Amino acid sequence: MTLTRRELLRTSVTSAAGLIVAFQVVPRVARAAGPAPATPPLPPANAFLRIGTDDSVTVLLAHSEMGQGSWTGLAMLVGEELECDWSKIRCEHAPAAPVYAHPVFGMQMTGGSSAQWSEFDRYRTVGATAKDMLVRAAAARWKVPPGSCKVANGVVSHGKDQLSFGKLAEAAMKLAPPKSVKLKDPKDWKIIGTKVRRLDGPAKVDGTAKFGMDVQFPGLRTAVIARPPAFGAKLAKFDASAALKIPGVEQVVQAGNGVAVVAKHFWAAKLGRDALQIDWTPPEGGGVETARMLADYREKAKTPGAEVKKHGDVGAAMGNAKTKLVSQYEFPYLAHAPMEPLNCAVKIDGDRCEIWTGTQFQTNDQMFAAKILGIKPENVTLHTMFLGGGFGRRATPTSDFVSEAVLTAKAAGVPVKVVWTREDDIRGGYYRPAFVHRIQAGLDEQGRPVAWDHVVVGQSIVAGTPFEGMMMQHGIDPLSVEGLADSPYLESAGALRVSLHTPKTAVPVLWWRSVGVTHTAFAMESMIDEAAHAAGQDPLAYRIALLKDKPRHAAALQLAADKAGWSSPPAPGRARGLAVQESFGSIAAEVAEVSIEHGRIRVHAVTCVIDCGTAVNPLAVEAQVQGSVAYGLSAALYGKLTLAGGRVQESNFHDYPVVRMFDMPKVTVHVIQSKAKMGGIGEPATAPIAPAVANAVFALTKQRLRSLPLQLADEAKGS
Amino acid sequence: MKLDINGTVREVDAPPEMPLLWVIRDLLGFTGTKFGCGMAQCGACTVHVDGQPVRACVTPVSTVGARKVRTIEGLSPDGSHPVQRAWLEADVVQCGYCQSGQIMTTVALLEQRPDPTDTEIDAALSGNICRCGTYNRIREAVHLAAKLSRGGGK
Repeated sequence: MTLTRRELLRTSVTSAAGLIVAFQVVPRVARAAGPAPATPPLPPANAFLRIGTDDSVTVLLAHSEMGQGSWTGLAMLVGEELECDWSKIRCEHAPAAPVYAHPVFGMQMTGGSSAQWSEFDRYRTVGATAKDMLVRAAAARWKVPPGSCKVANGVVSHGKDQLSFGKLAEAAMKLAPPKSVKLKDPKDWKIIGTKVRRLDGPAKVDGTAKFGMDVQFPGLRTAVIARPPAFGAKLAKFDASAALKIPGVEQVVQAGNGVAVVAKHFWAAKLGRDALQIDWTPPEGGGVETARMLADYREKAKTPGAEVKKHGDVGAAMGNAKTKLVSQYEFPYLAHAPMEPLNCAVKIDGDRCEIWTGTQFQTNDQMFAAKILGIKPENVTLHTMFLGGGFGRRATPTSDFVSEAVLTAKAAGVPVKVVWTREDDIRGGYYRPAFVHRIQAGLDEQGRPVAWDHVVVGQSIVAGTPFEGMMMQHGIDPLSVEGLADSPYLESAGALRVSLHTPKTAVPVLWWRSVGVTHTAFAMESMIDEAAHAAGQDPLAYRIALLKDKPRHAAALQLAADKAGWSSPPAPGRARGLAVQESFGSIAAEVAEVSIEHGRIRVHAVTCVIDCGTAVNPLAVEAQVQGSVAYGLSAALYGKLTLAGGRVQESNFHDYPVVRMFDMPKVTVHVIQSKAKMGGIGEPATAPIAPAVANAVFALTKQRLRSLPLQLADEAKGS
Repeated sequence: MKLDINGTVREVDAPPEMPLLWVIRDLLGFTGTKFGCGMAQCGACTVHVDGQPVRACVTPVSTVGARKVRTIEGLSPDGSHPVQRAWLEADVVQCGYCQSGQIMTTVALLEQRPDPTDTEIDAALSGNICRCGTYNRIREAVHLAAKLSRGGGK
């Protein structure tokens, strides 16, 4: 779907939102695309910005707001170049359309901690382009050279003449966009790099922010779906007669492999679902048992898998090593559990379809809906609502929660909002895969790793999805092993072998905030800690020595240690542990201070240093780091799903606990503005917290915890 | 039955066991109060009944009777309640989904304890889950709201 200028104009007339400045935007060099082609191809006419006759400035967001702050951060990029009145700026989610495709990933999506760095040039160019057109419009009005005009705070001026953006918008829209614009020198930035409060704050403290769950319109029905109780189970037959007797229940329809109860409101739909009589065909082979599965993973880990990286002769180097360590680390399935349970509203009208949902994956959702309905993707209008948390769960390659809502609305013949319960969410799959790592490390006389043999066992996230062809490399899912082959600790290891077993199970798996490093960072940082202790060295000094050719890692780790008071002992009964991990182009180093209270691990304080190159909004960076630590800490202390007969045993926050106020440590954040290539901020601070806590627990108790969630042996609980 | 909500008595046609949450959201259209767990585990649905914070997701509407229900929409006409102002000042929200519940719990806390200690904040707010992990800033905002409520702030 291409939005032509005429279509946009039409939109502006009907939406009463004011006038639109539409223009061409030439993409800058894409970060992952290597050098720019000599003449970059022009994308279709873009519209990322509307300037209203009331001086309002509306930024259209190609990225979904799910808490990470794009609603503010992308507006800051536009505002920096546009020189508008910041109090007049507001945001909207863009519709689903090719023009809003991710500049690097090529689809409209939000993920990979990429919004700020990937849009850094595009959204600044949007602001600069609009400013150029507004200035030329003013200059033409006053018959003066554009270069003699000044712009500040949403007003163009020349001598005593002044015109606000709103008064110029209409004239500016008629001008040809500039062929190129010059972006500000960083030293002239007024907004980027400053602490800016969130633009979505007011709507989120007075209850007016609209999430997908909040979509209501006349005729919209609510559906609750009975899905297979076990992964691999299939719908055999169902009897809806009892459900249909519930007041408010209107119909019961089959939606794919599930049965949807469509009702006037959620409560009736939920009671209706409870009343369904369904026969499910059990999964072949009895279904996944996590205990048995992990036992199998442990066996697999004893032999090398498919080669990920190899250099040197690992066997020989191991034989020559002075000290040999062998450790195994284990990780359970994890649900994302965003606060807003999944939901999706769908209205089908002939060959057109409208969808309202909080999604991270607009292009994919549009394609799946179109395919189900046999219509063109551009006939699917997608309204992105606020996301009540995403963490990866709202970006499924199968568009699972959108697809089933489309199926339900199609079968029901009425507009339907499918609402998941928390139990549906916890038991609904698309988990962080379970993993087992087995590491053999050989250390030399000085205790340095000289041989490293690392076997990883776990399901692939992308195998079997539409992204397999694009992402799998010679049978290796890079997401399963990221952070290992390129570990900064192993650069000088003479012999290295990283290999991967990729078993298949019926459990659907997915990216979960910070993806592969959720387990690889724990394995690496725990094993390095073990090596430091085996070598009788201070864990900080040992790491800093290994990081001699990684100045950003070393600087972040050293600063975190300094800020946490590493060189002075903690209070009695407490100990500190540390970890550093690069991911999504940023480096996060963390020091955790822990004690054991009432037999439980208590994390008192976390000091985190983040180097993301350029921090556009340090206030948002701090928030993301604190949030990432909380999210990672939930997995470190509590997160675990257990399957028996293919059924998930946990169901809600009472048996799938997460960090609450009482166990949230004070997280102090220090930002290094290194000016290195810009990295992400939504995820990188997630992974280091679990190893930092485990390493602190070791320092305190001499107990090395190698499985997540961390569970103390009884003898350590009383200390 | 009748429901006194945000200062207005409304007629609702609901089965007696229907949770207050779904009456508020689906029948009356106040969507600021959120559904998070359905079993009083997460606090996203917190509203006040005669000033007391309750979990609307497990409160049968028939048990409310003539008592006054207050939701986030009834807190202030313009977002100017001290707790809301403190939330903005501390830039608390991320995804924002849990924040109506966090704010309603905090308002009730401050009515009982105008200057709560950190321990009292832990006790009052540990029933409200935030998956974005805004807890540090919530704590800061609670203290700030206490100050604003006492007139000690701006």
